[in-house]
Amino acid sequence: MNITTIITGIFLTMGCFFSVVAAIGVVRFPDFYSRMHPAGKNDTLGQTLILTGLIIYEGFSFISIKLLLIIIFIFIVNPTATHAIAKAAYLAGVKPWEKKGSK
Amino acid sequence: MFNASAIAIVLATFLVLYRAIKGPRMYDRALAVNVIGTKTVVILALIGFIYKRPHFLDIALVYALMNFIATFAILKYIERGRLD
Repeated sequence: MNITTIITGIFLTMGCFFSVVAAIGVVRFPDFYSRMHPAGKNDTLGQTLILTGLIIYEGFSFISIKLLLIIIFIFIVNPTATHAIAKAAYLAGVKPWEKKGSK
Repeated sequence: MFNASAIAIVLATFLVLYRAIKGPRMYDRALAVNVIGTKTVVILALIGFIYKRPHFLDIALVYALMNFIATFAILKYIERGRLD
């Protein structure tokens, strides 16, 4: 149980925590637009922490470079996809949810 | 350690799958498919580490690419009903 395994364990637990919380958020949030917030959270934070934990576990090698490539790619690409979904939904006329007594 | 996190993420994927099935509108489903795709990438990387097979990471990278394109294909199909 040297130091790198412990650090990887910490990163993995944090990443899994954010991933599970994001999944619960996607299920429980009331409206489509509010559901996008945890979806984005999982894409960026959840996968970055887990894959960084794997990089630390792997040390310096080609595998770490591949992992870094995956992290950077998802970090750039997924917000674009989430934005595209939001724009498509908004143009299609999906109304954001309002609290009952707010009108 | 890797097994535990892989199992946790698979269980989280089932939660998002519930949203994909129940989602009232097509856009919730497109969003859920996007989230499941990212989780699959992470699971693939973890399995690659569990079985000590580094080439799983190439599969994970290709899956991330396809997941992005699939989201846009779904959106285009919803909007126009045709893909060409």
